[in-house]
Amino acid sequence: MSETTRPADSSAAAPAPALEIRGLRKEYRRGVPVLRDISITFANRGITAVIGPSGTGKSTLIRCINRLVEPTAGKILFHGLDLARLHGKALREARRRIGMVFQEYNLVERLTVMENVLSGRLGYVAPLKAWLRRYPQRDIEAAFELLDAVGLTEYANQRADALSGGQRQRVGIARAVMQQPELLLADEPTSSLDPKTSVEIMELMVALAESRHIPVILNIHNVPLARRFATHIIGMSDGSIVYDGSPEGLSDDHLKQIYGGENWLE
Amino acid sequence: MSAASGIEREWRRYTPAERLARFALYFGIVAACVVSLRTVQVIPEFLYDAPEQVADLLKRMWPIEWSYYPKGVHDALIETLHIATLGTILAIVMAIPLGFLAAHNITPYTSVNYLAKLMLVSSRSVNSLVWALLFVAIFGPGALAGTMAIAFRSIGFVGKLFGEALEEARPGPVEALKAAGAPWPSILVKGYWPQVEPAFWGIALFRWDISVRESAVLGLVGAGGIGMAIDTAMNLFRWERVALMLVAIFTVVVLAEIVVTYIRKKII
Repeated sequence: MSETTRPADSSAAAPAPALEIRGLRKEYRRGVPVLRDISITFANRGITAVIGPSGTGKSTLIRCINRLVEPTAGKILFHGLDLARLHGKALREARRRIGMVFQEYNLVERLTVMENVLSGRLGYVAPLKAWLRRYPQRDIEAAFELLDAVGLTEYANQRADALSGGQRQRVGIARAVMQQPELLLADEPTSSLDPKTSVEIMELMVALAESRHIPVILNIHNVPLARRFATHIIGMSDGSIVYDGSPEGLSDDHLKQIYGGENWLE
Repeated sequence: MSAASGIEREWRRYTPAERLARFALYFGIVAACVVSLRTVQVIPEFLYDAPEQVADLLKRMWPIEWSYYPKGVHDALIETLHIATLGTILAIVMAIPLGFLAAHNITPYTSVNYLAKLMLVSSRSVNSLVWALLFVAIFGPGALAGTMAIAFRSIGFVGKLFGEALEEARPGPVEALKAAGAPWPSILVKGYWPQVEPAFWGIALFRWDISVRESAVLGLVGAGGIGMAIDTAMNLFRWERVALMLVAIFTVVVLAEIVVTYIRKKII
């Protein structure tokens, strides 16, 4: 995991990558690129942290992967499937193979914890059955197991708006893992949490992902947290990648290049 | 101080042009009042006479003819409630799809949004009495015309408020379900509906409350309910019966208000 994967020699690596991004460009306004022709290969295991200053396109990058944001140009190869070209049913079927954890948790507040976790299966459950709350027994059992794993079993029938921030993010993680995803995306999963809870949430997410062999791509602006949990780090600055390597290899010089200035490092 | 910095420290909330515009607005309002008073043509004799007339009317209304209630009021009152309730339910059924079409976050086609909003506005722009006149012409006099009038007037109200509630729904949870690969019916049912549910029931109950009041007068144009009984009693100068009916309507409206307030508290 300490090896540095470079886009150029990705074909030489033995295990197939989880995700390959080639020439990804995103312009919200014409001629103003937020992502400037990014190419990265994500290994099929471990935790990849994308770091960089606010407004540098980290979130846009993550959201382009599952097409919550439409890429302007480029390829996003997910096990040989170009996500950037999918539409309708094919896109939905690809999305359900990719879990996502959000900064603001994005739970449906008036639904119970259990139903929020089960929502992770909505890509598989027919709408009518979801409406009638007839989820397959298998899914219900899996949801209880996940609630055990995140330590919220006794809250199963409470409404999500009754939970604290850390508890809500646990539900968010359980919902994403409920999809049995082949890739887990996390968009600033700890930015709305206090430092202690942030560490707990990261520990939980990493443990769940590792035990189920799910590769994780997360963006995070907390560098120490990224160093502590990531197996691979991508540094972004102004819409481009300026670092792609191991956490150990990330030096102060790199950080200066990513964030600019140096006074903040002391 | 201004001399020290060399900058004129003067501050006014409005520019001269804005002040002129504000003056023009006030002047316009006063002018409009004067002009409309002249158009209304208040006849002074009738105005001075009014207190006397009111006293006379009240005298004729007393004593209220309570004994007439079982014979001539009860059934009409129940029919009024039926008109209000059925009309509101019918309106809700028709307003929900229109609300979805009017909400731009659910239907991302501007032309469809405008079409739906146009239908909602036309429903609201016609008074329920006018709708009742139309439906009396179509279905003949009776409760059916009243029910349809209430329904068509209510569609605009329910659809507009429901559509606005949908537009105010938080996009985050919806995004999460989209990211999980949920098809759109599931996103509507599990992402939007739980968020707008309290608003929906609030709107429906509020509209029912209004419908009860409106259906009481629909009978004046022959669309069924207690209004028809009032019309008849007035034509026969049976003011003690009219008084009874007014008291009956007042009681029902107050009861409806209490019920609606109670249920709203329970939901939200």
